Amino acid sequence: MSLTQHLSAQLPAHLPALQVVLPLLSAPLAVLLRHGGFAFAIVTAAAWAAFATAIGLWLQVGQLEPGGVISYHIGSWAPPWGIEYRVDRLASFVLLLVSGTAAVVLPWSRASIAREIPPERHYLFYAMFGLCLTGLLGITITGDAFNIFVFLEISSLSTYVLIALGQDRRALAAAYRYLIMGSIGATFIVIGIGFLYLMTGTLNLADMAVRLRAMESSRPVLAALAFLTVGISLKLALFPLHQWLPNAYTYAPSAVTAFLAATATKVSVYVLIRFYFSVFGESLVFHELPLPQIMLWLSLFAMFAASFIAIFQDNLKRLFAYSSVGQIGYITLGLSFDSVHGLTASIIHLFNHGITKGAIFLLIGGIVAVSAVRGAPSMSTTVTFARIAGLGKRMPLTCFGIVIAGLSLIGVPGTAGFISKWYLIVAALEAEQYWLVGAILLSSLLAVAYVWRFVEAAYFRPPPAGHESRNEASLALLIPAWVLVAATLWFGLDTSFTVGSALEAAQQLVRSGQ
Amino acid sequence: MIEHFSYIVTVFLMITGLFIVMARGNLIKKLIGLSVFQTSVYLLYVAPGKLVGGTAPILAPQYSVYSNPLPHVLILTAIVVGVATLALGLALAVRIREAYGTIEEDEITELDNKVEVLEEQTGPRP
Amino acid sequence: MGNDLVLRVVGKLLIPFILMFALYVQFHGDFGPGGGFQAGVIFAAGIVFYALIFGLENARKVMPDWLVETMLAAGVLLYAGVGVAGLLLGGNFLDYFVLAHDPVHGQHRGIFWVEVGVAITVCGVMLKIFYMFASRGLAEDQK
Repeated sequence: MSLTQHLSAQLPAHLPALQVVLPLLSAPLAVLLRHGGFAFAIVTAAAWAAFATAIGLWLQVGQLEPGGVISYHIGSWAPPWGIEYRVDRLASFVLLLVSGTAAVVLPWSRASIAREIPPERHYLFYAMFGLCLTGLLGITITGDAFNIFVFLEISSLSTYVLIALGQDRRALAAAYRYLIMGSIGATFIVIGIGFLYLMTGTLNLADMAVRLRAMESSRPVLAALAFLTVGISLKLALFPLHQWLPNAYTYAPSAVTAFLAATATKVSVYVLIRFYFSVFGESLVFHELPLPQIMLWLSLFAMFAASFIAIFQDNLKRLFAYSSVGQIGYITLGLSFDSVHGLTASIIHLFNHGITKGAIFLLIGGIVAVSAVRGAPSMSTTVTFARIAGLGKRMPLTCFGIVIAGLSLIGVPGTAGFISKWYLIVAALEAEQYWLVGAILLSSLLAVAYVWRFVEAAYFRPPPAGHESRNEASLALLIPAWVLVAATLWFGLDTSFTVGSALEAAQQLVRSGQ
Repeated sequence: MIEHFSYIVTVFLMITGLFIVMARGNLIKKLIGLSVFQTSVYLLYVAPGKLVGGTAPILAPQYSVYSNPLPHVLILTAIVVGVATLALGLALAVRIREAYGTIEEDEITELDNKVEVLEEQTGPRP
Repeated sequence: MGNDLVLRVVGKLLIPFILMFALYVQFHGDFGPGGGFQAGVIFAAGIVFYALIFGLENARKVMPDWLVETMLAAGVLLYAGVGVAGLLLGGNFLDYFVLAHDPVHGQHRGIFWVEVGVAITVCGVMLKIFYMFASRGLAEDQK
């Protein structure tokens, strides 16, 4: 058998490793070549390959019997001693979101960072992007607790660098703040994992779960739960721990903002779900501690306070950054119900909000690219409301896209956001918490308010004198952004992929958590 | 009390580090606090892995008690992560000093607020 | 401090031994404490020592910036390359058993190259960090 035949026969079995290794290889190659164009080509190719791998894994999981798991042994060391990569329905779903977003954002980034980052740093940008992608995919796919921490730090450290590449000097301060808060979060997570390791003597998540079931719940296990909850909440920007997020999203290069907003916090939510349901199990998390109540109130605070703050922002990027904090509230609200439907709503919203926010930040990045002049003072890249007056005439496609994605944030029927809110309301009704339905609708009104501010500025204010002519973003910027906008509409109409996967994942998680 | 000595040191370092990070406004001091905080975790992992009288886990007929090597390997990774975080934090602090002329957090916030007020007043770019 | 005669002489005497010790730590990692991390840091410490005594410019002639950046990437590639070699030879990713005809020998070979990769990257990273901070200080002094 020739080598190529041998490889193509072996390929499907090695997809879990390739999922992480391909982006990992692209980063050092990008550094070695020291050329922006080559680095772009390699990292983009790796991201597409990762997307193809994720699709392959998704199909493979579909062929297993319900509740099946693909297990890959790194170095052929059998778990629980070796590191195991585990792909179940939820993991393959999140892998699709992360690699898919990267596959869309990277082609977009070429035209955008040409305006936002000096050319001699382009290869570093792509190397860091490759590493960040590696980290996020690794967190999702690994079945080893300490491995989660390592991949978390790979993605976090590269994220700090990516944010600091922003033009404005405030990007530096934002990156520093995120570094401090992110490191505290990661250290809390590693303390939690340490307690779990001390109590169970294993690092494999599945093995840990089995051993935790067998033992009486003890104080170190509860302490581990507390440390992990706080640490991961910092990473996913749950309401009172969200301070790092708005500035980081506002001043990072636009491509970075779009990628992070669509993936980074979502992967953290995934880690939280993984620890709650696959490791600790429902009974420990939701019955021994008042965690559902705490989660419920923090989520409500996020939904109302962050959305309320968003209304008064003058900077468009920061407005949608606060909106992200609010939307994360919906995701954690679904978790707090402790039911299959609640969890389904969380997982659907994790995906739908990812693509919606990705679309919005890509389109805003288009506005930045059109208005920015290389070498001009940093203030010229901030998109304030005064600056987008009458933009609906100048950049019709961009503005229309933001409006559609904005409707998805509100949850208008026909958009992806509606589906997630629908399932959230179903879960609330199922839990007989009727007042929550009112709360969800009320907080959607706040979203109407901030999206309306954009509509008002872009369509009802006259453009400034001398700026009336059409000045649309280039196709290289429009096409990837509109791919995500189209996805928001598609997943609002055809829900078989999102709802089907999420429901199956939720059932699998709840079953394993009992 | 004596048998819990290592835990007491761990918790002391943990709280000290976290306190420095939160209470100090100087960017370098914050990083020092962060490092102390991370160091406490190294101790949390490594100390329980040590067995009194245990040796390195190399099979030899004259030894029967071995220390657990896994925590050491894990912490080697965590140390590398800590070094990378510290280096990146310091590099950011250097560039913040170049951009703002200060490494005091409250002064940076004040400078940022001034720019923000300016931004709100400016309309479209001329 | 570059003009101090004692330092220059001691430095010249010590630096070869520091570099040699790094190699010892690297290759003795199989049998005793050691390995790529430590070796890389010790090797980088030798170069940093040289830079402190003989100046940054001279150190940059020994280890130019492009070389440091290449080391950084090459080490990671070597590590991942060992993993991919395992894949190509019919095992899983990072499978050392298949690297040679008998598994024990394969483990030796795998860990050897992985540790070489680690040492190269760690040395590169340490020097990169040192150059970065050292050259910034100089730039400010000259202003």
